[in-house]
Amino acid sequence: MVASRAVGSLSRFTPSRMLRCPGYICRNFTKSSALLNRTHINYGVKGDVAVIRINSPNSKVNTLGQELHSEFIEVMNEVWSSNQIRSAVLISSKPGCFIAGADLNMLTACTTPQEVIQISQEAQKMFEKVEKSTKPIVAAINGSCLGGGLELAISCQYRIATKDKKTVLGSPEVLLGILPGAGGTQRLPKMVGVPAAFDMMLTGRGIRADRAKKMGLVDQLVEPLGPGIKPPEERTIEYLEEVAITFAKGLADKKISPKRDKGLVEKLTSYALSIPFVRQQIYKKVEEKVRKQTKGLYPAPLKIIDVVKTGIEQGSDAGYLSESQKFGELAMTKESKALMGLYRGQTLCKKNKFGAPQKEVKQLAILGAGLMGAGIAQVSVDKGLQTTLKDATLAALGRGQQQVFKGLNDKVKKKALTSFERDAFFSNLTGQLDYQGFEKADMVIEAVFEDLSLKHKVLKEVEAVIPDHCVFASNTSALPINEIAAVSKRPEKVIGMHYFSPVDKMQLLEIITTPKTSKDTTASAVEVGLKQGKVIIVVKDGPGFYTTRCLAPMMSEVIRILQEGVGPKKLDSLTTSFGFPVGAATLVDEVGVDVAKHVAENLGKVFGERFAGGSLEVLKQMISKGFLGRKSGKGFYIYREGVKNKNLNSDIDSILAGLKMPSQPDVSSDEDIQYRLVTRFVNEAVLCLQEGVLATPTEGDIGAVFGLGFPPCLGGPFRFVDLYGAQKIVDRLRKYEAAYGKQFTPCQLLMDHASSPNKKFYQ
Amino acid sequence: MGVSRTSAIWAVIWPSLRGDPEIIWSFIPFTLSVKPMNQDLRMTSLLTYTFKNLPSTSQWALRFSMRPLSCSSQLRAAADVQTKSKQTLAKPNIRNIVVVDGVRTPFLLSGTSYKDLMPHDLARAALSGLLHRTSVPKDVVDYIIFGTVIQEVKTSNVAREAALGAGFSDKTPAHTVTMACISSNQAMTTAVSLIASGQCDVVVAGGVELMSDVPIRHSRKMRKMMLDLSKAKTLGQRLSLISKFRLNFLSPELPAVAEFSTNETMGHSADRLAAAFAISRLEQDEYALRSHSLAKKAQDEGLLSDVVPFKVPGKDTVTQDNGIRPSSLEQMAKLKPAFIKPYGTVTAANSSFLTDGASAVLILAEEKALAMGYKPKAYLRDFMYVSQDPKDQLLLGPTYATPKVLEKAGLTMNDIDAFEFHEAFSGQILANLKAMDSDWFAQNYMGRKAKVGSPPLEKFNIWGGSLSLGHPFGATGCRLVMAAANRLQKEGGQYGLVAACAAGGQGHAMIVEAYPK
Repeated sequence: MVASRAVGSLSRFTPSRMLRCPGYICRNFTKSSALLNRTHINYGVKGDVAVIRINSPNSKVNTLGQELHSEFIEVMNEVWSSNQIRSAVLISSKPGCFIAGADLNMLTACTTPQEVIQISQEAQKMFEKVEKSTKPIVAAINGSCLGGGLELAISCQYRIATKDKKTVLGSPEVLLGILPGAGGTQRLPKMVGVPAAFDMMLTGRGIRADRAKKMGLVDQLVEPLGPGIKPPEERTIEYLEEVAITFAKGLADKKISPKRDKGLVEKLTSYALSIPFVRQQIYKKVEEKVRKQTKGLYPAPLKIIDVVKTGIEQGSDAGYLSESQKFGELAMTKESKALMGLYRGQTLCKKNKFGAPQKEVKQLAILGAGLMGAGIAQVSVDKGLQTTLKDATLAALGRGQQQVFKGLNDKVKKKALTSFERDAFFSNLTGQLDYQGFEKADMVIEAVFEDLSLKHKVLKEVEAVIPDHCVFASNTSALPINEIAAVSKRPEKVIGMHYFSPVDKMQLLEIITTPKTSKDTTASAVEVGLKQGKVIIVVKDGPGFYTTRCLAPMMSEVIRILQEGVGPKKLDSLTTSFGFPVGAATLVDEVGVDVAKHVAENLGKVFGERFAGGSLEVLKQMISKGFLGRKSGKGFYIYREGVKNKNLNSDIDSILAGLKMPSQPDVSSDEDIQYRLVTRFVNEAVLCLQEGVLATPTEGDIGAVFGLGFPPCLGGPFRFVDLYGAQKIVDRLRKYEAAYGKQFTPCQLLMDHASSPNKKFYQ
Repeated sequence: MGVSRTSAIWAVIWPSLRGDPEIIWSFIPFTLSVKPMNQDLRMTSLLTYTFKNLPSTSQWALRFSMRPLSCSSQLRAAADVQTKSKQTLAKPNIRNIVVVDGVRTPFLLSGTSYKDLMPHDLARAALSGLLHRTSVPKDVVDYIIFGTVIQEVKTSNVAREAALGAGFSDKTPAHTVTMACISSNQAMTTAVSLIASGQCDVVVAGGVELMSDVPIRHSRKMRKMMLDLSKAKTLGQRLSLISKFRLNFLSPELPAVAEFSTNETMGHSADRLAAAFAISRLEQDEYALRSHSLAKKAQDEGLLSDVVPFKVPGKDTVTQDNGIRPSSLEQMAKLKPAFIKPYGTVTAANSSFLTDGASAVLILAEEKALAMGYKPKAYLRDFMYVSQDPKDQLLLGPTYATPKVLEKAGLTMNDIDAFEFHEAFSGQILANLKAMDSDWFAQNYMGRKAKVGSPPLEKFNIWGGSLSLGHPFGATGCRLVMAAANRLQKEGGQYGLVAACAAGGQGHAMIVEAYPK
């Protein structure tokens, strides 16, 4: 399954990057009085340079909130009024974080656009004073410099950044459904040029330090230091400060010019952009692209374009005004609430609430070198896990090893890794055909074919060779874990780890516990998943767990709709325009028709009429004709190597025509079709929470969005119920129930929410 | 009282000492620091120590300083009175290995007089120089080992080509080793191992580097096409290969100046290292100036006795190193940073320069040397190789190797009379000194309880170092050992410590013990 672009880019902005600050650093200040009464900022004076250090208490990151803002104003006023001070350095005392952005709680606490506009305008005013400061201010950036942090940095006269992997500059506001509201939309285009500024603000992508230097976003780079007189992180910050001070002095003495030499290409671009016609073309082009990609479901990107345009065409006063207005509007939209909720959820699902496992997993063994097995290996070896990949035949093993190598090598091509690092990571992988060395394994993940008897066979084989503490994890999308564990001698060590394909791209990991699974086993599995960079939901065992179970009824409805005569292309466009990253018919092809049939059959047996809808016969006939989806080259569409545009598989028509079902006009409008799919999904998700398969609505939302591509702009099924209204959903379900039957009957929890409007999944 | 007693002794000894007054003064703190013990013993120890400086013809002195291996009982008796932790590093049942002598060609800035030579020419010059200096019969030499870093592809076993040309017996095998800047250290320790294990008695070890010429290759694409062309049989095949030619095939491939694993040049790493240890530009310049001044002094006083003149074909005879250029701090301050621009601290003036040169030493089993009538200069004792993170600790080899080799030998920092450390960069040397003096670093990165301590500068590279004398990568190790041996002979110390860092994050240290006179 493929996640949407928006989801993918959300991942770049992972909180883990911002949350790696081991502690606080104490320093001596030349002016101790400056320390008094301030909690977020303090400053000292070195020679004639004020060193302003940001360090929000009790937090791993610095965020721009009210307190920090007012202290910053106070400190800056002192700096500006002091005769002793001629320049200033702005630096964070937290390793790995300059300023991670604005305080989200401050924004979510606002109930009217006016409040948000005021916040924006205050920040704009402050940053404008910084920009116009006659005493040069140098931003010394080490670690994440995002959102408001970047806006502050680009208001300064000069920027110096450490060339560290953790140093990332970016404007991720768009991923939260808002825009840079503190002058960023106005300053960024001037600094890096309109095209690059659009790219940063519309994708939210983080820019690494060396790239930032090339773009002109930072003026100097400082190399991170190794161990010396102090721990590396500590000394690196100190060194950054020392270098920044020399530049601050140089700027104050006019020995260094803050202006950058522009290259020829840059000069040409800026000349071209001085022609109004060219600018109009750019706006048009960007807008078209955004409309095409967002299908109009996300308001923020269009507003960003609008605000940038206003600033350039009508001057900065109009630009600032428009920026704060639009910022206020956007912060109140459902989309931004949904996206911020996802961001929070993602942060929560990146934590191990089961605590540290008794024994850290260092040796990982994976059974089956197929697409999944090799994918799991790929995300493990580059995290330093010693990984053994076992398969039954040399050919299958070789294919898996090549997949891992290719995955790493692609990163080399993108310059995310050096070839040396690739080789070092690749040597963490051992390929073998037997169980040699399994006596040292701390965890075994089986990713063999989805067949219960085969899984039983490998479980027994493995248990004969692994040590007592070793966890046995099964990667399955539908087989209940307790059935797999039935033949285990030690069921407390058996757990489910449901990865999503392609493993290196999909962020979700669904961990499934049986009543017998021990807490330590769960902690161990979560630990490994987090190490692999996954967002994790932990659910109870049951047919289809959570993700597969939610998807199945929707898929059943997909078949039904196809049988009613809606073509695959039409269906795809209806689902993508609702916000799904992949069309429903394409999704069946991607998952595999045989897998879909297998799941539908199994779950259909257990859940009976609630999973009714389309006829299994459609899938069966497709399988009999060899239309297994993308992997066989034909499904609803025809896939050819190297050909991007896919054509419909006309042979499907006869199958569908043979199994045609009557459509009911009053529930077959485009909107009805979309809601028939989504309400079944949502109803099943809420039922999962009701039955205790899910522990929290957050996990339900994260699982649906990151694993199944539920529209991110809706924030997940539970957020959707909250924002759209439970009553409206129940009404729709009732309407469809009347037309089709019990598969649309709303579950009890959903009806409870409908009957008491104050009840929300998120308070 | 102790002081007055010692003064009396000084009065007696003074006239017979041939060393300069500085050496005598350096004994005083040592005398005063001796813990209270039997007064006679203290005097004895003092005498033993001091008399090593006497002309070896003196019967009296010989009686005290004699340390023949056979008299172990005598050794034990004297151990209590020694001021050193150990009177000698000889080990029971292990052969003593000695350096009879060693030579080197003058070390020249690359691109000067040696620029038209090939590496084996330089190596040959060192070998002939050694033959001449030691008069060792050619057919006695069992084995020859050379170290080199940037290999000339035509003479990849440069040891063999040089030995043949230098007139060694064609029955003497030779091999070449490489371990970056500690290649000739590796050559010497390989020789030590061969002798200690009884495989050989007489081994020549050396090293050579010619940075005036480095192998610049065709690009991989071009090479591939040329190789395919040589295999193509028909005109059609050839034409089709040639048709694939693109102009960018012609862009050459230079030998990498960067660390392969990290892609970082050594100077860049040195700059970061200096910053990590908070070493200022001024400190680095001062240290470089010291190195050049000391080297100049040593050169002027004729102390660099390991240098042998080299008649370069078609050019004048080269008699001395040409990279020694004491400058002034003001001049040095004007230079721009060479690696981290514009604010780094490592410059051309405080880095070692690209150098051409070769060195060679004659290493024997002690009994063989004595049987052949040699008077060896030094024993080669315990040695240690270390390696660490090639990114952030690339140049900290000496810090890691020093405490280990001292521990292995059972010595302490105070026992060492001559330190010879390889100076890659001022910043690197100063960082190593700081690291060795840091308990925090020892505990957190080296897994040791406490620091080893930094060497006193008055014993440290006092005849100059790689910064001033030059650093032909493959040849520096032998120079360090000979400098240590010659200094011990000259100054009368007993133990010397040689240490060096090398690319790849590796390091080496070895104890050199003066051969008693």
